[in-house]
Parts: sequence; C-alpha cells; structure tokens
Amino acid sequence: MSTSTRFVTASPASVPLPSHSPLPAPAKKRPAPLLLLGYAVVLLGGLLMLMPFYFMFVFATHTNSEILSVPPPLWFGSAFMDNIAELLRVLPYFWNNLGWSTYVALAVTALNLFFCSLAGYAFALLDFRGRERLFGAIMATMLLPGFVGMVPTVLTMSWLGWMNEHRALIVPGACGALGIFMMRQYISAAVPKELIEAARMDGCGEFGIFVRIVWPLITPALGTLGLITFISSWNNFMTPLVILRDMDRYTVPLALRALQGTGQTQWGAICAGAAVAVVPLLIIFAMASRRLIDGLTAGAVKS
Amino acid sequence: MKTTPSKWSQPRNWAPYVFVSPFFILFGAFGLFPLVFSIYLSFHTWDPAAGLAAMEWVGFENYLYALQSDDWLRASLYNTFWLALVSGLPQHLVAMPLAYFLHSAFGRWRNAVVGTYFLPFITSSVAISLVFSTLFSKDFGVVNATLASLKDAPLLGALMPASNIDWAQPQYTKWMISFVVFWRYVGWNVVLYLSAIQTIPKDVLEAAVMDGANSWQKFVHVVLPLLKPMAFFAVTLTIIGNLQLFEEPFILTSGTGGIDQAGKTAAMHMYSVAFTDGDFGTASAIAWLLFMLIAVATWLNNRLLGQRD
Repeated sequence: MSTSTRFVTASPASVPLPSHSPLPAPAKKRPAPLLLLGYAVVLLGGLLMLMPFYFMFVFATHTNSEILSVPPPLWFGSAFMDNIAELLRVLPYFWNNLGWSTYVALAVTALNLFFCSLAGYAFALLDFRGRERLFGAIMATMLLPGFVGMVPTVLTMSWLGWMNEHRALIVPGACGALGIFMMRQYISAAVPKELIEAARMDGCGEFGIFVRIVWPLITPALGTLGLITFISSWNNFMTPLVILRDMDRYTVPLALRALQGTGQTQWGAICAGAAVAVVPLLIIFAMASRRLIDGLTAGAVKS
Repeated sequence: MKTTPSKWSQPRNWAPYVFVSPFFILFGAFGLFPLVFSIYLSFHTWDPAAGLAAMEWVGFENYLYALQSDDWLRASLYNTFWLALVSGLPQHLVAMPLAYFLHSAFGRWRNAVVGTYFLPFITSSVAISLVFSTLFSKDFGVVNATLASLKDAPLLGALMPASNIDWAQPQYTKWMISFVVFWRYVGWNVVLYLSAIQTIPKDVLEAAVMDGANSWQKFVHVVLPLLKPMAFFAVTLTIIGNLQLFEEPFILTSGTGGIDQAGKTAAMHMYSVAFTDGDFGTASAIAWLLFMLIAVATWLNNRLLGQRD
C-alpha cells in the first residue's frame, strides 16, 4: 500500500506524453543487434529451464546402457515400458505410492478449500472483536521456519500414535495461512457486503450464508487455491521423510528417493519414476499457469 | 459496534470465532506446541527410547556442545552460507534485468516466457534433483557432454575444462547444488519483480525518455530505485529459504552430504543429528541456533534494503 503511493508521488509533474506504440519510443533507436542479443539470451535461458524436463522424458524411454553411452541419447527411445517394469522391480509398491500421494493431496486440498474459505470469509466480511489482530497473528506464522519444529513434530506424532500414518501429513496442513490470506483478499473484492446483510434479513443462518451465498461466488479463487495446495502437498518431502516408515505407505517423492543407492543405479527407471511424478504437475501448469502464478504471488504483490 | 454479553446468545456474534478457529486449533497443536517443546528439548539430554522420564536438564550444554565441539555444524553452516550466497545472489541479479526486459520488449509472448521460467518452481524438488544427478554424472552426463562440445567453440572454448568434471568431488558439489537451486527459484523472482515493474506508472518512464534516457539508463535510474521495496521482500524470502536449504542438497548427495560432507547444509546436519544419532536435544539446539542466524540475516537485510527513504 505504501509502495503504490510512493510510486505516484515519485512521478514528476511533467506533461505526460501520449504513447501510440506499445514499445517505448527509444527502443526503436536502440541498435537492433543488442535487442536481438537480448532475445537470444532470454531464449537460451528458457531452453535451460526446459532442458531437465526434456532429458527426463528422453532418458525415461532409454535403457541404462543407451543412457550410459557417449554422447547421451538426445531423442526418444522405445524402452519406456522396460523402465517402468524396472521401476516396479525396485519399488514394488510404486502404484500404492502414487495412490497415497493422490489421496493425501486430495484430502489436504479438500480440507484447505473448506477451512480457508470459511476463515477468509469471516476475516473479509464479518465484524468481530480482535479481527485484525487475529489475522495479523495468522500472517506472522508464515514467517516461522518449518525445520525448527521438525524434531518435536515427530515426537508429537508418535505420542498421538500417528507415526507411519497418512493423517500426520493431512491434518496439520488442513488450514494453511496462505490460503486464508488468498481467500480473504478474494472474498472482500468479490462478495458485496449488502448481499450478506440481505440474506441475514431473510433469516439465513451464518453458515447457510457461507454455503449458499459465498461459495458460489468464489469458485475461481477456490480453483486457484485448490491447485496450489494440491501441488505443494504432492511435492512435500520433508514431512513424509520423518513420518512414513513402510515402503508400501510412502508417497511418491519418498519412493523415488529410495531409488538412490540401490547398487547399480538405474537411470532410466529413475527418470521414468520422476516423469510419473512430474507429469501431473506439468498438466496442471499447462492448463492454469497464469492462475497459479497470480495466486502464488498474490501475497507478495498486495502487501 | 459494541458487543455486550447478552448478545452472545445470537449465532452471528460467535460464528466468526468458530469460522476462524480451525486454524488456531491446528496451529496450536501442530505448530506452536512443537516449537515451544523444541525450546524445552534444547535444554535437555534425552534418550527417546527411555521415555519422557529419562529427560535430564542440562542448561546450555547442548548449545555449548553444538558451538564448541560439533565440527560438522561449523562445516555445515559454512556450506549453508556459501550455498545461500552463490545460489541466491545470481537469482536476483538475473531476475531484475530479465523482468524489465520481459516487461519492455515482449508483447504477447511475455506470458509464455514467464511461464517457462516459472515452471521449475512448481515441480517436485525430489524428482527434479534426481534428474539433475543424472545430468551431472561424470562419464555420461549431459552437462559434461555439453561442456566438452563447447571446447572447440571460439572464445568460450578456452574456459572449458580439459577433462570431464567429477561433480561428486568436494570442490564441485556446491556449484552443482547452487545451479539446481538457482534454476529452481530464478523464475519465482522474475515473477515477483515483473509484478512490481508493472505497477510503475507509464508516465514515470516516459518522463525519463523525455529527459533523453536510453533503456539502460531508464533501468538503472528509474526502475531499480522503484524496485527496492520488492527487492527487500524477495531477498528476505531468499534468505529465509536458502538458509534452511534441505531437499535439493539432500537428494543431490544421496542424503549423505557428499564426499567430505561438502554439500551438507545446516538443516541436513540437524536432520542427521536427530534421526541418525538420535540426539534430539542437540538437534533442537542446532535448530534454534540456525533460527537465530536466519533472524540476524533477515535483520541485516532489513537494515540494508528495508530502509524507508
């Protein structure tokens, strides 16, 4: 908020020039080769960003001896099913692992959608004492580094008898601070307060208002929050690492990690497993990259 | 609006508290309690197998042990700061001009380019670190093959190593980890800086053009100063994130820290003290020492970049 006002005061009171082209005028005067060089560097950087994904898919389709040849294969091969078979030989429970990852991510997502929007609604539209202070406290918890609680979290879970249980991955993360922030921002912009008042006049209960009036109006934000929550749960590694003990209960990142250091490293199988873990994320990103980026940076931009 | 006790019979007065309570219940049980218990633990020695009764108060002994006798802690802290700097600083040095360039010279392709740079941020760090350990392998890795093929290129060729680099050797491990961390987070910073640049009013930049500034001068004298608040925020996130680096080095060194523990970070050290050695008291002390270092680094950053001018 203070930043935007600073921007305005920083703008000099000179006569604003009407700009007809989307490019600033001097860009045309700039020597073209330099601009081309800029484009080339950005393009190369982009390729560098995509390269690991490309080789992951290429290696996933090659046998180990093909990958170990010099130069390494640059185009797709035909050994994908062999690599999956090898993956299942080393990780006999890989499909279970995939199932557990999906189950945990869906459960965390469903709980976050409900609890975060409920709290976000209260913070956005309801009047109650201590509202700002409670909201500030929630935001402050985002600054706490996670690793400090790692050891006592394990002890807490073992006291609860939740070691090796997937609920230890689901329940603690069922209502994230970032989600509450996102939902508050969206609800205060998208849901008119008069609507709430009117529904209350008509005798609608507080929870009824939330379910029948607010929910239908905030589906876009729920979609974004759902995707973000799903992705971060899908990628979570540290909590499963200290909680889950049995291989048949592992989530995918933990199972993939078990591929390391099992005698002769099976690079093709590793890349096939990594591809299986990454493909759902790539699909989500291809469909909703703009929403994901906007959602993830919303907190940074608004504050 | 004043609330009197009699109004509490109406649901609309207590409903908000019910609505926001799940966060506080969950945070209390799984966030706050472990933190407080961790402080308590750091002042005790304890064999977890013997149960809670075996806990023994030792004062600052865990802290003193960690600071004075734990050579691996010192080494891992050095590694952590090395990695934080070498992987963190370039992210910002690249992201700021890149965001400006994307803003000023890319039309409808901007979103596609931003998406490409952002993609690594959302992918599984474990999966991608496994792929990178393939790419960085000594004899057949794509990275070494690329370096070798560049040897014949003009100018660049002289910079290329004569033989394949063994990235598992201590002097190279940190560079490999830094590259992966840079690769993963640079796009995130591009997006942050881009969003800040997009809030700069057009007439500010146009006024600079009127004064005869070229693109570079505009970037240095107009855009950079206005990016300072966002730079403060983004650098803070990098400091907090990089000083607790765990997953990338853990996977890239197969959980061992690498030869001579060259790639072992402080968070990894804490993990192995707790779960390999079973010394929960010292691990908690290490966690709080690291927490204090993060707090100091954040404070220094606040002094450096966060000054309200």
